[in-house]
Amino acid sequence: MTIEALKEKITALFPAVTFEEGGQWPTVLVEPTDWHRMAGILRQNDALYFDYLFCLTCIDWKTHLTMVYHLDSTKYRHNLVVKVNLLKMNPAIETVSDIWQTANFHEREVYEMFGVNFLHHPDLRLLILPDGWEGKHPLLKDFEDPINMIKL
Amino acid sequence: MIEEIASTADGNIILNLGPQHPATHGVLHLVITINGETIQKVEPHLGYIHRSIEKMCESLTYRQFIYVTSRMDYLSSHINNHACALCVEKGLQIEIPSRSQVIRVLMDELTRIASHELWWGAMAMDLGAFTPFFHAFREREAINDIMEETCGARLTMNYMVPGGVMQDIHPNFQRRVKEFITLFKSKVGEYNELVTGNIIFQNRMKGVGNLSAADAISFGCTGPTARGSGVSCDIRKLYPYEIYEKLDFEEILESDGDSFARYMVRVREMSQSISIIEQLIDNIPEGDFQAKTKAVLKLPKGEFYQRVETARGDFGVYIVSEGGTTPYRIKYRSPGFSNLSALDHMARGSKLGDLVAMMGTLDLVIPDIDR
Repeated sequence: MTIEALKEKITALFPAVTFEEGGQWPTVLVEPTDWHRMAGILRQNDALYFDYLFCLTCIDWKTHLTMVYHLDSTKYRHNLVVKVNLLKMNPAIETVSDIWQTANFHEREVYEMFGVNFLHHPDLRLLILPDGWEGKHPLLKDFEDPINMIKL
Repeated sequence: MIEEIASTADGNIILNLGPQHPATHGVLHLVITINGETIQKVEPHLGYIHRSIEKMCESLTYRQFIYVTSRMDYLSSHINNHACALCVEKGLQIEIPSRSQVIRVLMDELTRIASHELWWGAMAMDLGAFTPFFHAFREREAINDIMEETCGARLTMNYMVPGGVMQDIHPNFQRRVKEFITLFKSKVGEYNELVTGNIIFQNRMKGVGNLSAADAISFGCTGPTARGSGVSCDIRKLYPYEIYEKLDFEEILESDGDSFARYMVRVREMSQSISIIEQLIDNIPEGDFQAKTKAVLKLPKGEFYQRVETARGDFGVYIVSEGGTTPYRIKYRSPGFSNLSALDHMARGSKLGDLVAMMGTLDLVIPDIDR
């Protein structure tokens, strides 16, 4: 499927999404409440078949957070980037670990590093950071730790 | 070192494997729930070697941050550097001289062989065979010597920079690589005699740690781990970078999905890398080894993602730039992190003694997982 055809297909299926221009792959901006339903369709739809979530991360824009999902299809080899904007205060989004199992670990990492709460995640605990670290999120831009300096 | 044993009400026993255990090849802590000898659950606890590399990179310039990435997957440090250099070049839209492209691919493939060599020796050692380790290190040393001569370092080379490579290859490079190829070819038969064909080894590997193709994709497994389940995922073939599309090599696939299949993928991949090196070693074009770049690099505002194939799988660098001299955010998608997440699924229901064989064939490098 060409990039244009892919964009048309996605617009037809999800009229609410908006495309972002300029990236190396088609990028869509999705509302947090729509994301879980859309993710299921992206995975299941025969013409899209995004079965491989190769990167899941978050960006702190100081005013808000952006979840970024990089998707690949092992059948058609087309890619899609999905972005979901979240509030800075108490960010929360539905988990997609029931759709792509790799999201389980990646979401736990985003949870501890950015404090995003993944609703209905089967096992939302600290993964990399030590026990007792709760409440501080190192990859946020306003994180300061005078003892363990990670800023240069 | 299985240190602490606790029993729960339902007769399950909780075992701690690691964080310091010879079979984890680093500081990985697994909390294993067993019932008798049968594994109920494997829970990895990470972070013993977490250095917050992503945060650190946010305050390093586009010339500096590459040096940190050698310390992630230290067995594929050339390939990590390569991914970062490619990502910065993508942002700057610069073409690099063909000489440096060929040198980069040569270095990548040498690294891949060195990494698989170390894995092969360590894998056999995990299963109780000590001799293969010395055989593997004999050949790996030859590669390290080549690296030392050209890059000035044996492990963290930091040789690839935005625009090309740090310095030209050493005058001895071609001769020594050819000597290595001869050495490797004379020894690879020994590997198969010593380990691959060994019936005890095969019995411990076959049918152990099964991973179906669908699960491999769902867990985000890549590299030899997924190719052992028949999933075509070689970035060099699917999304070719540098000069890989012009090269003649085979993507190794095995269909069984067990530990032995993953073992065979890596052993066969070494010969493919040798074939790539043979195609290039006499054809290094003359010219510059580095493109002219500005002293201070500034990436335009935007997002840049580069995928490469390391010895462990799909490694990704995701740079978010705000137009400054340092990245606003960097994400490293490490292959080991996703491969490890499949361990629990693979291990459930199998015997405790097989866990080491499964972990061995995942080829985990802990600094790559923790970052």
